Amino acid sequence: MLGKLSWDAIPFDQPIPMLTSVVVAVVILGVLFWVWRRGYTPYLWSEWITSVDHKRIGVMYCVLALVMLIRGFADAIMMRAQQALAFHSEGYLPPEHYNQIFSAHGTIMIFFVAMPFVIGLMNFVVPLQLGVRDVAFPTLNSVSFWLTATGVLLVNISLVVGEFSRTGWLAYPPLSELKYSPGVGVDYYLWSLEIAGVGTLTGGINLATTILKMRAPGMSYLRMPVFCWTSLAANLMIVAVFPVLTATLGMLLLDRYLGFHFFTNEAGGNVMMYVNLIWIWGHPEVYILILPAFGVFSEVVSTFSHKPLFGYRSMVAATMAICILSLLVWLHHFFTMGAGGDVNAVFGIASMIISVPTGVKLFNWLFTMYGGRVRFEVPMLWSIGFMITFTIGGMTGVLFAIPPADFLIHNSLFLIAHFHNVIIGGVLFGVFAGYTYWFPKAFGFTLDERLGKAAFWCWFFGFYLAFMPLYAVGLLGMTRRMQHYDVAAWRPWLLLAMVGAVLIMCGIGFQVAQLVVSIRTRDQRIDVMGDPWDGRSLEWATPSPPPAFNFAVLPNVEGEEAYWGIKQRAIETQQMVAEPDYHAIEMPRNSPTGFVTAFFATVTGFSLIWHIWWLVVLGLVGAFATFVVFAWRDVHEYEISAAEVAKVDRARRQARLAVLPTLKAPT
Amino acid sequence: MSTAETALGAPAWNDPNRVGHHGYGHRPGGEPTGHGEGGPASKRVIVGFGFWIYLLSDIIMFSAFFAAYAVLANATAGGPTGRQLFNLTNVGVETGCLLASSFAGGMASIAAAVRNQLWTQISLLVTGVLGAAFLYLELHEFALLVAQGAGPTRSAFLTAFFSLVGLHGTHISVGLLWLGTMMAQIWAKGFQGYIMRRLLCFTLFWHALDIIWVALFTIVYLMGAG
Repeated sequence: MLGKLSWDAIPFDQPIPMLTSVVVAVVILGVLFWVWRRGYTPYLWSEWITSVDHKRIGVMYCVLALVMLIRGFADAIMMRAQQALAFHSEGYLPPEHYNQIFSAHGTIMIFFVAMPFVIGLMNFVVPLQLGVRDVAFPTLNSVSFWLTATGVLLVNISLVVGEFSRTGWLAYPPLSELKYSPGVGVDYYLWSLEIAGVGTLTGGINLATTILKMRAPGMSYLRMPVFCWTSLAANLMIVAVFPVLTATLGMLLLDRYLGFHFFTNEAGGNVMMYVNLIWIWGHPEVYILILPAFGVFSEVVSTFSHKPLFGYRSMVAATMAICILSLLVWLHHFFTMGAGGDVNAVFGIASMIISVPTGVKLFNWLFTMYGGRVRFEVPMLWSIGFMITFTIGGMTGVLFAIPPADFLIHNSLFLIAHFHNVIIGGVLFGVFAGYTYWFPKAFGFTLDERLGKAAFWCWFFGFYLAFMPLYAVGLLGMTRRMQHYDVAAWRPWLLLAMVGAVLIMCGIGFQVAQLVVSIRTRDQRIDVMGDPWDGRSLEWATPSPPPAFNFAVLPNVEGEEAYWGIKQRAIETQQMVAEPDYHAIEMPRNSPTGFVTAFFATVTGFSLIWHIWWLVVLGLVGAFATFVVFAWRDVHEYEISAAEVAKVDRARRQARLAVLPTLKAPT
Repeated sequence: MSTAETALGAPAWNDPNRVGHHGYGHRPGGEPTGHGEGGPASKRVIVGFGFWIYLLSDIIMFSAFFAAYAVLANATAGGPTGRQLFNLTNVGVETGCLLASSFAGGMASIAAAVRNQLWTQISLLVTGVLGAAFLYLELHEFALLVAQGAGPTRSAFLTAFFSLVGLHGTHISVGLLWLGTMMAQIWAKGFQGYIMRRLLCFTLFWHALDIIWVALFTIVYLMGAG
């Protein structure tokens, strides 16, 4: 009846997961109770859960990422504590638990923190910057988000029902084959990534179509802000490589469920084919993450230096060059496979070449700052911190691109230090910069600056303290994923790394405090005008938060930095453009399709993991029924009356007119 | 129709010297394409374009299975090879069914374009029946192979074969479900704008599966049996 599921699946004998589950359950129930008690349930349902507004969906992606950041960080600090303790001893985490933790940490941080954060920012910002009212397929956008949430849910269910994968974040066979991993851990990993991956793919199709086919009049490609360009590159890469991930994990699923022989040791299966296929997805994936972060830095550095971005066209060219090159270097993840000197040399050189367009970008940011009036506010601090940190990470990356050097340092903690250096110092600093920068646009009030700075400095020094020692200990020969060790020379470095992790924890604490304090004091930090940073692109032309329709009239773009031009003209003439004729606007209706689809996806995924076949059938029938019900709906849009549009836009104009006399033209 | 003409008398949008500058992103009919500076494209363009991007991603997924087949084609583990197993007559009939099905799908588009309910339904029915015949023949072939002990668990070669062909078959099955829903919808709701866009996507999907089948037929069956 319930397949492999029984009471034995719940780890009653392990205090850590049980206690965590209880705490998480209490928190979730508490939040639900509070929502219900305050009467917010209808609001939550009709304004958020069923929303197809790109801004709401973007915010939900970011919230999901922030929550999962805490989960992923809990795993991280447990690992650091284990390695700090496990010198000549077993530490406090038994190997089978430790292995689950490092697997979950990697999976969660990449798929459920970095990805949703980056996608959330793109979702929120791109249509605003393009000067349009929504993405190409609003309901599909909601489906994408909720499928990602399904993946998150399945990974977290594995904490209490069953177990998670112990095979590392990429689940290499043959270890991940049924013969060596007979439990449900790998199945949790595979199904949650398959389902979330479909969500990411449809999201990528959606944003790529939006950027290529829906831009305000006059917004030609070379007038798009750089963030839109990097988003375009990232989404094209999603479309190009996520199908490969789906296919590869699908093959492993066929091996595990039906006894196929793609990657088995027997009957001609080929293990290295998995490693090739997974990195054909995996290498572009890191650029899918970093390119939007580069876009954020481009926006932030230009805004806070009070200058147009230096070398806009070279930035665009560099972005697209990285987009293509990133598809051609996957083999550098396994130089030791034995492909031979020639193959390794080709991939090594290709990998080094990527540092050229990346270097172009870095110099462009530096030259943007040069001669500018730089304001050291929080988003700018993250950007400068990134430039320093990412350069170091980039240099160790080029070191890895040299095959003979790679033979010595691969699979060591030097590698761990390298990719944390680029992912924390690049992606995470980028999304934090973007979070601070666009928060007032999303919610109408700014974040507390002092706490933001405290968070930045803790993260910055915490990062260096946590990961520079790992470079050292990697060179001393420590391999990754060690549950215990007995080399005395490693110990001090690992203790130092533990201190760094604690400092990062303080940074996260300050970020939580910043959010709480800012919400409580929001009346004093309202963004009245909608342009708190003296911005340059079209999102700052809207009020904060923007109305559902974003723009009462689609802006007419006449050059690069569309909003900056409009703003300067208004300042010079001390008046705004004449009030346009307002027309009624049709916007897509909200729909529970995404939520219901995700419900059935969760049911199907869970029952596949536990081999509850009747429930699988039920879940699939439910999904098809959802599709039919959605397809049958007659009214797709609702109308916002011209009077309502006029009211909203006149309020926006009034707020801007009020501050216009105080604004000065740049000198 | 646009009246904008160049000095040479050719319509501006067709001037070979203005490649990529379709009159600021408008087709002669005035429908924005989303290209250049013409503002957001029409819904039809957006839906068709987005679905094309999906199809490209789907083709990439197939390419991963094609690559796996290429790697594992000779890994027969002492079991039967393609040459011993493939029956080209059966596959030829299958191919005929699928191509004819796609042709019928094309007829459905034409019938829908002139808003003819009866012929649209007949053409879609023929599309579906031929697709189902294809699927039946494929499953029959699979059953025969399994009965001879040449199932997907026999060797890595057969694993790759069953997965690649089966993935295409799964797409056909899902397409048939979609087709049935589509027919009911056209019947119930008539030729409304959004129905026409969905029909456009369905026919694109069906033709794309043909393209994949042609590659599959060549690489798996013709090269494998030869």
